[in-house]
Amino acid sequence: MSSASDPGIVIIGAGEAGTRAALTLRERHYTGSVTLIGAETHLPYERPPLSKAAQTALDHPSPALIGGADRLADLGITYRTGVMVTGIDRAAQTVSVQDGLSLPYAQLLLATGAKPRTLALPGATADNVLYLRTFVDALALRNRLAHGIRLVVIGGGFIGLEVAASALERGCAVTVVEMAPRILGRAVPAEIAARVAAHHRAAGITIIEGIGLTAIAARPQGSTVVLADGTVLEADAIIAGIGAIPETALAEAAGLTIENGIRVDGRLATDDPAIFAAGDCCSFPHPVFGGRRLRLEAWRNAQDQGRHAAGSMLGDRAAFATVPWFWSDQHGDTLQIAGLPDEGDQTVTRDLGGMPFLFHLKGGRLVGASAFGPIGKVAKDIRLAEMLIDAKCHPDPAALADPAVKLKALLPTRATAA
Amino acid sequence: MAQWINACGADDIDEEDVIRFDHAGQSFAVYRLEDDTFCATGGFCTHENVHLADGLVMGRIIECPKHNGRFDIPTGKAKGAPACIDLKTFPVKIEDGRVFIDLG
Repeated sequence: MSSASDPGIVIIGAGEAGTRAALTLRERHYTGSVTLIGAETHLPYERPPLSKAAQTALDHPSPALIGGADRLADLGITYRTGVMVTGIDRAAQTVSVQDGLSLPYAQLLLATGAKPRTLALPGATADNVLYLRTFVDALALRNRLAHGIRLVVIGGGFIGLEVAASALERGCAVTVVEMAPRILGRAVPAEIAARVAAHHRAAGITIIEGIGLTAIAARPQGSTVVLADGTVLEADAIIAGIGAIPETALAEAAGLTIENGIRVDGRLATDDPAIFAAGDCCSFPHPVFGGRRLRLEAWRNAQDQGRHAAGSMLGDRAAFATVPWFWSDQHGDTLQIAGLPDEGDQTVTRDLGGMPFLFHLKGGRLVGASAFGPIGKVAKDIRLAEMLIDAKCHPDPAALADPAVKLKALLPTRATAA
Repeated sequence: MAQWINACGADDIDEEDVIRFDHAGQSFAVYRLEDDTFCATGGFCTHENVHLADGLVMGRIIECPKHNGRFDIPTGKAKGAPACIDLKTFPVKIEDGRVFIDLG
């Protein structure tokens, strides 16, 4: 399959998407060289625990590895750790790295991820103002979460709320400030967001919605956070989870099209047929939602796209069509979303013993489902909803609303078999 | 040596579904497949500490509720990333409408 002169495949970014692509290439018996380049100094690890277990574990945490050194070596994956890529020469098909080396590629995968959006406020550069993306960030946060400290979380998105829950467990006094009218933004239905907010408040977290920040002022000890309505919050530590910006600098400098991330087609190929992109850094058209261009920041999507991009580099022609699926753990409960609730024009509620399970329909077709509660009450039905969305089903709203109707029975293959 | 433990009633498990059973500090997932055969595996996904009884059974596959790791129920074989370590399986017998698991 390869010769000594075959430059093989180079993957920039050793997060979930990049690492999963490397592993998939070997699972699919690709025999050329595979070079995985990571900017961080750790072996490839999973990010979801960073806001949760890494903050709450009694013992000093270690990264949850995706592939250990032995596994990568056994598979013949060359892992270059702590290396920054400085440029891509598309004509020569090489990438240059910080130590001056130039690596040739036959095909290149950009799995560069995203970086936290930073606060553009006076006083926001103080060293007790933190962000969370990497394991190093997670340790810095963990070291701040001493019992009794006052933590102000800027941004009521998934990361902010997960950190808030973890910090509460560590005994911190936690206030979440969200400038939008409600937490969790438009990706999560208002009814679910309200339940999540109520859950946090009941646990003892203060959530302030609909009020922005005007300043952060450093004090001899800690900071004060000033809100637009004049409220002053005292903070020993501040963490901002106000969104992420796709890492597109390399792609942009190489002349690739950027459209809310690196623009790729259904196969996850960029404008350059030798260059692909996967995960948080790219936007792609989704065939299940009329080709709507999406950029997803989610573990599962990174994993699935990494795998898909590997297949495309091996010659697969199929378009990436996995239905988006997302989870967030907070205070022991789970929020799960399948599909795109915001596509819907109708919401059907199934009452599961006081826990609403929402179905989102568009013109009668199921396009999303969402719920927040114990994982045992949420996960199976969200997974089935994902299959119904994938199958472009038009389920009877009355059946969706009826807890006695098993979603499994609504699956097309089951319905015809029954 | 066989050590049969009375885990649950056969009718406690829906067809093509799974429940949790805890015994002596160990946790199990007990399955009823579509063809009415019963199986038992270790309770937790080998990828992360998530209980499989919260996952979905489709045919003879159990899927982890959080990360979609998949396992073949009768053999415990891991069927896809992120799970790569097989589940431990346990012999099962049905007597008088009860499901017994052999922990021996």
